Amino acid sequence: MAKAQKIVLTPEEKAHQKVRRRAQIKRDRWIYLLLLPGFLYFIIFKIVPMYGVLIAFKDYYAPSQFFGPGFSEFGKDWVGFENFRLFLTDSSFWMLLRNTLIISGMNIIFFFPLPIVMALLLNEMKVQWYKKAIQTLVYVPHFVSMVVVFSITYVLLRAPAAKESGGAIYEIVKTLNGGNGVDIMQDKIAIYWVVLLQNVWKETGWGTIIFLAALAGVDVEQYEAAIVDGANRWQQLIYITLPAITGTIVTMLILRMGSVLNTGYEQLILLKNSGNADSIQTFDTYVYFQGMQGGEYGYTTAVSLFKSIISIIFIQSANAIAKHAGQEGLY
Amino acid sequence: MISIKRRSLGDFIGDIVIYAVMTILALLMVIPFIYVIAASFAKESEIQTRPLFLWPEQPTLAAYKKVFDMNDMGPTVFRSLGVSIGVTLVGTIINMLFTTTMAYGLSRKDLVGKGPILKMVMFTMVFSGGMIPTFLVVRALGMYDTFTALILPGAISAYNMLIVRNFFMGLPIELEEAAAIDGCSEIGIFFKIALPLSMPVIATFSLFYGVGHWNDYMASLIYIDDQKKYPFTLVLRSLVMQNAEEMTEGELPPSDTLKMAVIVIGTIPILCVYPFLQKHFAAGTMVGAVKG
Repeated sequence: MAKAQKIVLTPEEKAHQKVRRRAQIKRDRWIYLLLLPGFLYFIIFKIVPMYGVLIAFKDYYAPSQFFGPGFSEFGKDWVGFENFRLFLTDSSFWMLLRNTLIISGMNIIFFFPLPIVMALLLNEMKVQWYKKAIQTLVYVPHFVSMVVVFSITYVLLRAPAAKESGGAIYEIVKTLNGGNGVDIMQDKIAIYWVVLLQNVWKETGWGTIIFLAALAGVDVEQYEAAIVDGANRWQQLIYITLPAITGTIVTMLILRMGSVLNTGYEQLILLKNSGNADSIQTFDTYVYFQGMQGGEYGYTTAVSLFKSIISIIFIQSANAIAKHAGQEGLY
Repeated sequence: MISIKRRSLGDFIGDIVIYAVMTILALLMVIPFIYVIAASFAKESEIQTRPLFLWPEQPTLAAYKKVFDMNDMGPTVFRSLGVSIGVTLVGTIINMLFTTTMAYGLSRKDLVGKGPILKMVMFTMVFSGGMIPTFLVVRALGMYDTFTALILPGAISAYNMLIVRNFFMGLPIELEEAAAIDGCSEIGIFFKIALPLSMPVIATFSLFYGVGHWNDYMASLIYIDDQKKYPFTLVLRSLVMQNAEEMTEGELPPSDTLKMAVIVIGTIPILCVYPFLQKHFAAGTMVGAVKG
C-alpha cells in the first residue's frame, strides 16, 4: 500500500478547516455533554492519580494511627530515588519477588493451559443441550465472590479450634495421614496449592469463553475436507483446531506475561495469616499492608510504580518475542 | 470399510472419555456449593461427625433462624445486606449511565477530539496510578468512609466501555438520521433510539457491573471504616474467621452451620441473576472482546 502523502494546506484551506471544525463542535455540543461524565471520571480517578505517583519520590507517610482525626501526614520532602533504593535493598524484597514469581509461575504452568484444554473438550461435545448444561455449571464459580471462595475454603480446611472439630477436608487429610492433622491454611508450602486451586476452581470454566469464541470461527468445511482426506479426530485437532486458536493463545499468554508481577489483592489478603505470611506476601499485598494499613504512602507508591514499569517492560518484550516468532502479537 | 469402522469405534471411545471427563469436572465445580448448602441446613453435630455430605440427615432451619433473629445477628446481617443491595443498585445505574453515555459519544465517527480521548482511555488500561494515589484522591474529595467511594472510583471499566462503544458503532446510522430529521435531539436519539436497540448489551454489562458490586471486597476494605457501613462481604469474612479463641468469655463461637448459612445468603443473589446473565454472554457479546 502506498504511503499516504502529507497534504500541505494553503492558508485559506487551513482557515476553512478551522471554521468547519468549529461548526462540527457546535453541531455535536450535546454529544460532548453526554461524554462529559465519563471524561471527568477518567480525569479525576485515573489521570490525577497518575500525577499522584510523584509521591513515590517523596518522604510521604502518615502516622501509624492514620485513621485518627485530621489524617495528618508527615514529611513531604523530595527524596529522589531513596524510596526505590530502600525497597530494592530491603530484605523483604527478595521474599516478595520469590513469592510473586512462585504464585504467578504456578498459575502460568498449571492454570493457564486448563481453559484451553477444557475449551477443546467442550468443542468436541456434539450433544448441544448437554454441552450447554456443562457450560452453565462450569461458569458459575466465576461469579462468586472471592470472600465466598475464601469462606468455603476456610470452612473446609480449618484446623480444629477449642470446642470445634476441623473442617471436612482437614479431617479427611488427617485420616489419610494416619491421624496427624495438617493445618493447610497455616502451611508455608501447601498454601501455594490452595491459591492455585482456588484460581483453577473459580476461573477455568470462565476462561474457556475466549477460546470457544475463537473455535466458533473455524469453518466447518475444513473439517469436512479433512475427513474426506482421511484425517482422524486427533489429526483434525492438531492440524485444524489448534492452529485456529493459536493466535488467541498467544494473545492471552502475552497478557499473562505482562501481569506476572500482579498477583491481585483480594485472594491473598484473605488467605494471609500468621503461619503463611512469609509465603504469600507479594508485591501487591505488600503495598496494601504497608501502605493502607501502615501509612507508608510514598514508599509503597514507589513499590507499585516499580512493579508497573517492570510489567510494561515484560509485556513489550513478550509482544516483541511473539512477533519475532511470526505471531500477530497485541499491537 | 474396515478403516471407517475402526475410526468410528475410536471416536466412540473418545466421546465417552470426553463426556465423562467434562461431567466429572462440572460436578467438581458445583460440589462445594452443594456441600455448603447442605451443611447450612444440617445440625451442627452432623457437620462435626460426617466429613462430606450432599444432603443433611435431619434438615433444619435453625441456622437461618439465628442469622435473621433480630435479637441475635439479625441487625448486623440485615444492615449489611441493605448496604450491599443499595450500593449494587445505585452503583450499577451509575456504571451504566457513565459507560453508555461515554461509549455513545466516542462511537461518533467524526467527533472532534475523539482520538485523544480514546488514547487517554487506552493508556489508563496499561498504566495506573496504583492503590495509594487513587486512595489519596478519593480521600481528598471527602469520599472516605462514604458509599460514594464504593461507587464513583470504579464508575467505568475502560474495557467494558470499549466493548459497548464497538456495539454502538455497529448500529445503523440511518435510524439516527431519520430521528434527527423528525426533530429528535441528540440526547433524545441516545435515550430513545440507541439505548433501546442495545438491550442485550445493556443487560449483560449491568449484570457484570452488578455482580462486581455485590462481590466487592477490596474497595470496602480500603474505603469503609465505620462498621455500621460494612457491606455483606466484610461481615461474612469476619464471621467466618471468628473462632473460639477470639470470642469473649461465655460467648459461643458462630457454629459451622451458621457460617454456611451466611455463605449461602451471600451467594443466592448471584445464583438468581445467573440464568439471565448466561443467556447473554454466550450470544456473542464477548466475542468482540477477544482482541481489545
